[in-house]
Amino acid sequence: MANAFDSTLLFMQSLHHKGHSLYEIQVIRELSGLILTRGPKLCNFVDWRGLRVVYKRYASLYFCMCIDQDDNELEILEIIHHYVEVLDRYFGSVCELDLIYNFHKAYFILDELLLAGELQESSKKTVARLVAGQDSLVETAKEQASAISNIIAHATKKVMNPLAIAF
Amino acid sequence: MSMHGMRGLSVFISEIRNCQNKEQERLRIDKELGNVRNRFKNEKGLTPYEKKKYVWKMLYIYMLGYDVDFGHMEAVSLISAPKYPEKQVGYIVTSCLLNENHDFLRLAINTVRNDIIGRNETFQCLALTMVGNIGGREFAESLAPDVQKLLLSSSCRPLVRKKAALCLLRLYRKNPDIVNVDGWADRMAQLLDERDLGVLTSSMSLLVALASNNHEVYWSCLPKCVKILERLARNQDVPQEYTYYGIPSPWLQVKTMRALQYFPTIEDPNTRRTLFEVLQRILMGTDVVKNVNKNNASHAVLFEALALVMHLDAEKEMMSQCVALLGKFIAVREPNIRYLGLENMTRMLMVTDVQEIIKRHQAQIITSLKDPDVSIRRRALDLLYGMCDVTNAKDIVEELLQYLSSADFTMREELSLKAAILAEKFAPDLSWYVDVILQLIDKAGDFISDDIWFRVVQFVTNNDDLQPYAAAKVKEYLDKSAVHETMVKVSAYILGEYSHLLARRPGCSPKEIFSLLHEKLPTVSTTTIPILLSAYAKILMHTQPPDQELQSQIWSIFNKYESCIDAEIQQRAVEYLALCQRGAALMDILAEMPKFPERKSSLIKRTEYSEGDTAEQSAIKLRAQQQTSNALVVTDQHPANGATSPVPVGQLSLVKVPSMITTENDTSTDHPLSQQNGALSNVDPQPPSADLLSDILGPLAIEGPPGATVQSEHNAVSGLEGGSDAADGSAIVPVDEQTNTVQPIGNIAERFHALCLKDSGVLYEDPYIQIGIKAEWRGHHGRLVLFLGNKNTAPLVSVQAIILPPAHLKVELSLVPDTIPPRAQVQCPLEVVNLRPSRDMAVLDFSYKFGTNMVNVKLRLPATLNKFLQPIQVPAEEFFSQWRSLSGPPLKLQEVIRGIRPMPLPEMANLLNSFRIMNCPGLDPNPNNLVASTTFYSESRPAMLCLVRIETDPADRTQLRMTLASGDPTLTFELKEFIKEQLISIPTAPRSPAPPAAQPTPQIPPNDPAAILAGLLS
Repeated sequence: MANAFDSTLLFMQSLHHKGHSLYEIQVIRELSGLILTRGPKLCNFVDWRGLRVVYKRYASLYFCMCIDQDDNELEILEIIHHYVEVLDRYFGSVCELDLIYNFHKAYFILDELLLAGELQESSKKTVARLVAGQDSLVETAKEQASAISNIIAHATKKVMNPLAIAF
Repeated sequence: MSMHGMRGLSVFISEIRNCQNKEQERLRIDKELGNVRNRFKNEKGLTPYEKKKYVWKMLYIYMLGYDVDFGHMEAVSLISAPKYPEKQVGYIVTSCLLNENHDFLRLAINTVRNDIIGRNETFQCLALTMVGNIGGREFAESLAPDVQKLLLSSSCRPLVRKKAALCLLRLYRKNPDIVNVDGWADRMAQLLDERDLGVLTSSMSLLVALASNNHEVYWSCLPKCVKILERLARNQDVPQEYTYYGIPSPWLQVKTMRALQYFPTIEDPNTRRTLFEVLQRILMGTDVVKNVNKNNASHAVLFEALALVMHLDAEKEMMSQCVALLGKFIAVREPNIRYLGLENMTRMLMVTDVQEIIKRHQAQIITSLKDPDVSIRRRALDLLYGMCDVTNAKDIVEELLQYLSSADFTMREELSLKAAILAEKFAPDLSWYVDVILQLIDKAGDFISDDIWFRVVQFVTNNDDLQPYAAAKVKEYLDKSAVHETMVKVSAYILGEYSHLLARRPGCSPKEIFSLLHEKLPTVSTTTIPILLSAYAKILMHTQPPDQELQSQIWSIFNKYESCIDAEIQQRAVEYLALCQRGAALMDILAEMPKFPERKSSLIKRTEYSEGDTAEQSAIKLRAQQQTSNALVVTDQHPANGATSPVPVGQLSLVKVPSMITTENDTSTDHPLSQQNGALSNVDPQPPSADLLSDILGPLAIEGPPGATVQSEHNAVSGLEGGSDAADGSAIVPVDEQTNTVQPIGNIAERFHALCLKDSGVLYEDPYIQIGIKAEWRGHHGRLVLFLGNKNTAPLVSVQAIILPPAHLKVELSLVPDTIPPRAQVQCPLEVVNLRPSRDMAVLDFSYKFGTNMVNVKLRLPATLNKFLQPIQVPAEEFFSQWRSLSGPPLKLQEVIRGIRPMPLPEMANLLNSFRIMNCPGLDPNPNNLVASTTFYSESRPAMLCLVRIETDPADRTQLRMTLASGDPTLTFELKEFIKEQLISIPTAPRSPAPPAAQPTPQIPPNDPAAILAGLLS
């Protein structure tokens, strides 16, 4: 559940926890209004529409998760930090631009960490291994594709649109 | 690192970021959407790479907050691509863009299912992730069984199984009616043996969801949870990668403790002991450290441990320890910890009786009300609200009032509502309540809802002593220069009704009151003017002898408003003028408002929780429902004499019907005219329409009082219509004293049985009183406290409590006061000493009078035989040597019992454990038998060891043979009978309305007084 706010809204994720699934843009706007106005030395929790929002700021990025009022707030706060640490390890000292240009990566990683609003894996090593596995699958597919297209290109000597021919 | 980036996508993102303003951005987005739409139109020409790129672009645009209303099909179609890269994009974009009700999802179901049941585990993971994130109904219908299979499959690797666990969890939470988890208890227990901590974490989340709905089935998971927690807390065998800042998976620890909170109690003493050791370790071993993350993680565990300790109703000592910790937390610098300290203190209040210890921190909590962080201020407000009772209400409410002036606007409404409720619930005297509400209106008039001032009017109307006080008070407020409109409303109402009670005081002549009110008229809105007009009419009526000048003044005002454009004002003006000119009729029609029926405060109703739509019930809420709170529950009240249905105001407000709670006629001495208002038809042969009168008597849209009886209401109406003399007086005849027409709330027998198993709860409740009980048992001593709570705004009188003790108990009840003030709770300690074994029961003969109702109930007290037992684990050798030495009757008795409620053996063991008869597993080699032991305490003898053996017949669960041995023949017999009663009747199942303990069993002598009594009571 990562949200980042620069001057414009950059990044959003569906907020899902327990039964609630809130996709609305409206939700994000409302939440950003609520959280951005809070000063730096306040606590990381804020009530919102009968739910509770746990948020944490990293430089200009805000990460937040929406939970029920009787969930364990600190546990959630550390899930956020755990996610940031995994991102950090993956990108090598992650910065906002990494996440903007690789937002799909941020999704892949999140999907290995959280599912159905619950923590799925608490070992950073395991998450890193799984994401690396996915990356290599994609790489392999890409290499295969270009290998085939090269063969076809050689065969036809026409390199107009090799990928289209390959499939 | 290879990012296998997409150039086109990166370029697009850069362009968006370079836009100077929102408008430029929108133009660029529109252009791109047009482009993507065009490309999708000719799908054949797209390479998979391009398709992927465009779908990503769509997701990015959607993330920026723009509507993307096309291309969903393309995203979904990527799911069926044969290769991983396309499939991955398809799954992720679909789960972001489409919600569970989207039609396109149906198209994908087959592919998703094939991926789930297929052999490719990376595909399985993708599919499970999407289903887990979306969780729709159709997914649940067609996929849940497959997901369940994956979770249990031994050939699946952890990466698939942990996803399957959470996917199943999501499907179950969203569709508990579809996902079938019958028979899952054993599998769930198996899953908890898992070695992979990722799978275990996910499985634990699943257990939390399952147990929250039906914990009974999952009891076999309980010891395993304790083991897991113990392993983590002691850091035994936890791989390095699963520690977080040195703490063994804090998340799994938290989850495990959360799961444990769904089980009402832990019967097995060994498990309980282990758990408490672990909890104690967490409570004492958590230090504040510099590293923020380590601190957060360790405190996440600590707070969950606190919640579990509270849930388990630990020893008083441990509870005090918890409160002490929380007391430390609410004073620290770290805002998160401060916040959670307050939050958890509030939770603690909900579930246990630690109010006294928490009160010591009141000053610190009040300081938090001024914290710079609004989140913390809210928690402090909640806590103050929760901890308020009769003893500290004055202090707390006054703090809230003081804070009201400086509070930010977002909190004022809540703050004033809470202050109003507390003032109502715990007012030491009603004049203070009136003071508080008037101050609230004065300070935060804009935030005071109508409910609040309606309520104060109800209280004033129903309490004669309060009327002159309230009238004098509102007059003081009106004397101020700036007055809030709500204050004008409430003042006009109260002065209209009761200002004549002040007539002799200086500055309170009818004329002066009138001009004080009339000064405000130009400043108020049209909704307030009708109330002022009613007040004028009433003042005029009360002015005796009539004052011509005042009369002409008021008549001219009515005259003026006769042509008012506002229909409500106009109608009142016309009607009052017409009434005034009729003279005597005015007196009757404008007579003082009758008392309101007792009813639930709409304020309190407003604050009650509305349930969410999730399948899961929170542990705290469940717990709170099971426990009795010390606060009184104000429930809907019905008059006891049968007129329960609300009667339309128009009919019944014709006459002043004596309501339930007025037996005294002292109002009539003040103004004798009101006494005759039942005889309306005699005075005025042509009565005005009912509609008009209802308008006068119900100007606040507060319901009128219910008729005293249906009968009298008929009389009143017919008397009006026919002008018959028969109606004369019939409506004001006081209702005769009635006995026991009050219906108890809840089943008394069930409440009693629940209390046999636990030490605190509600013993009895009816619309007027709630009797709670809290007990501590030590050896042969018992100390009980009865909590007598008056739920009403009028006192309960002639309160009497007599204990009818059986011969074997010495019972001493401290003095019970004769009167319980409105909304107050009285505590009456009760000492019990057990002299010898017996199943007879002490009975509380309780009576009180409320209005005309005399209520008398006889309640069994839960000072049952089992309360004087202490579980004990006897080593095998000792057990057998004792068993042999107690060789036969009368010390050892054996009986074949038939008609047993069939239950599995573990359940029976649990049942015995709950009566403090401890199961000793392993002593009897036959798995169908059960051996248990306990000790019995009485004054006459030292602790007596009791041994039990139960042999069941697996072929016929309705019968068993029980052997009981102890050193005292009476004890042997009584305990045998006691256990028998528990096995035959079904005391643990609250849903069974079956008659309780006193089911006829041949062994009870027919003239046993306790048995007869119990039979009468149930």
